[in-house]
Amino acid sequence: MSEKKNVLRLDNITMQFGGVVAVDDLSMEVNEGEIVALIGPNGAGKTTAFNAITGVYEPTNGMVSFLGAPVVRNHPQGKMKKQYKGSNAEKFASDPVLNPTPDKLTALGMARTFQNIRLWKTQSVFDNVLIAKHMLRTSNFFSATFRGNRAEEEKQREEVLELLKIVGLEDVQHELATSLPYGKQRRLEIARALATKPKLLMLDEPAAGMNPQETDELTAFIGRIRSEFNMTILLIEHHMDLVMDISDRIYVIDFGKLIANGTPEVIQNDQRVIDAYLGVEDDA
Amino acid sequence: MIDKQATKRKNLISLIAVLAFLALVLALDQIIKPTSRMYMLLTVLQKGSVYALAAVSMNLLNGFTGLFSLGHAGFMLIGAYTYAIFSIPSDARDTVYQYFDAAVRISFPELLGNALGGFGTALGVLISVLLAGLVAAVFAYLIGLPVLRLKSDYLAIATLGFAEIIRAIFQWKKLGPVTNGSNLLKNFARCSTFKLELGGTTLSLSTFVPVLIATVCIAVIVLLVNSTYGRAFKAIRDDEVAAEAMGINLARHKMLSFCTSCFFAGVSGASMAMVLSIAQANNFKSAMTYEILLMVVLGGIGSISGSVIGAMLFISASEWWLRGLDSGTFLGINAPDVFRNGFRLVVFSIIIMIVVLFFRKGIMGDRELPEVLGNLLRRHASKPAVKEAQGNE
Repeated sequence: MSEKKNVLRLDNITMQFGGVVAVDDLSMEVNEGEIVALIGPNGAGKTTAFNAITGVYEPTNGMVSFLGAPVVRNHPQGKMKKQYKGSNAEKFASDPVLNPTPDKLTALGMARTFQNIRLWKTQSVFDNVLIAKHMLRTSNFFSATFRGNRAEEEKQREEVLELLKIVGLEDVQHELATSLPYGKQRRLEIARALATKPKLLMLDEPAAGMNPQETDELTAFIGRIRSEFNMTILLIEHHMDLVMDISDRIYVIDFGKLIANGTPEVIQNDQRVIDAYLGVEDDA
Repeated sequence: MIDKQATKRKNLISLIAVLAFLALVLALDQIIKPTSRMYMLLTVLQKGSVYALAAVSMNLLNGFTGLFSLGHAGFMLIGAYTYAIFSIPSDARDTVYQYFDAAVRISFPELLGNALGGFGTALGVLISVLLAGLVAAVFAYLIGLPVLRLKSDYLAIATLGFAEIIRAIFQWKKLGPVTNGSNLLKNFARCSTFKLELGGTTLSLSTFVPVLIATVCIAVIVLLVNSTYGRAFKAIRDDEVAAEAMGINLARHKMLSFCTSCFFAGVSGASMAMVLSIAQANNFKSAMTYEILLMVVLGGIGSISGSVIGAMLFISASEWWLRGLDSGTFLGINAPDVFRNGFRLVVFSIIIMIVVLFFRKGIMGDRELPEVLGNLLRRHASKPAVKEAQGNE
């Protein structure tokens, strides 16, 4: 797999809250053009890992590299030095700490969606996507206020319309974002993430709360996004059908620890994964 | 395409309406004499425009960016003082700074007035007003650095505290050479002295100037709110986490909004000094912030035209319509025992309670005037058509 370019790489990411290790020594990589899934039973630490990658949380230890350059890096400091329960505590101790806010990571090309949909409620569908374009502006505060940026604004509006056509929401563009049915809100959230022109799209449980039919539609939709935008995608998911259908590779975590990784076929037959999902009978 | 033309037409209509309003104010300024009974209308327009600008600038922060700040009176104070200090003419300076040796010895209206004549005086006033806004914005930046890390109620408490501290500092004796201590500043370029000589006739501008300042500033705020930055502000208000995840730098944008809002608060403070002809720190109590907040809530949080309407209604009611409640006679009823000092506030509080209970979203909600009027017109236009259709059956 070395011939493919590395988009995202996690080295020994550990996330500890007080005495609880939510993510333990997680290392993984996502290569260009791949769809990679991160799965695990409830409370396994998937969303925590996601938040540590996107800058919402500061990982306790470990490094995240994006497009070959380190973007997030930390090692146990202060009080955490004594409390730290994970491994590799010394590995990054001499490297400078990197702790960017989420917007800096988005500016680099990481765009995400949320498990519980977070659209801007009072804004129209069109404006929701248009606001995401704000990041790409070249105009400053004054030129924007006094309309010195007409050409840019015009271009952005056209791009938004184009994007809405691709995701099939152009007929509801003037409606309030929250008035859309659930499935369309999901699609809008993905469109909003795509509007930032990302190099990596990160989907946090895109099929959460969807019925089987909606899930099928979403599966097709994600596949289409991949081919149309030549997008690299990392997704967290519960729905096994969706994951097995579209993923190139799968990482499985349980209690914060990586227990398996490989192609869908390998994962489906992995005894540890089956145990994690179905439980192991205790010999009492 | 049709959309674009419709927006263009709407913008044109709005522009014409605003210009017509300004012309009307200018005309009223000439027609109504100080002895007339309608003179109250001019007072209301003067004070109302000051408060309208203050309310709109507060709405930019509270209604559009979702930062609940209660420091407005403090920033208006800074604006009022900056304007006053930099426009006191040199011969009046010693009578104003009775107990101190004035430290600031520049007066922009006088300086430029001497160099360029009448136009220079106007330019000097403009510079002083802009300076008032800028100084308020600089203070806002410094206060914002620690305070904007806070959220909702905590931010409100912190900004309220800062406003009170500013008021105390401006009354501090040690700063007397600049702020005249707890004494008031007066004799600076003020509304009642603004006149325009046009070929022999003298036009009074005492109402036109504050209205013009408010109109221009509110127009700029409208432009800002509808720009890409304004949309980013709304995104922060609606969902901060999502805004940050979509690449909007929270710290930067909150600071931008805070400083802009305080800039216009400073300008409205300057314009208040112009209208009242005095600047005194004691006037800018937190009660003033609550009044402004009330106008914003009354008009509708997140609606600029709502804030303007709220401010005008509030000022009309408190200065004009309900004045009789304090002075013995109201609506022809003469009852000096009931209608005496303070009764106005009782009635006022009751009205406010009714509004807050039954019109919770304010007069306009989060809609704007053109939209509301457009809907009304359309409904009106479609009604006869319906009747006709029924008649044909």
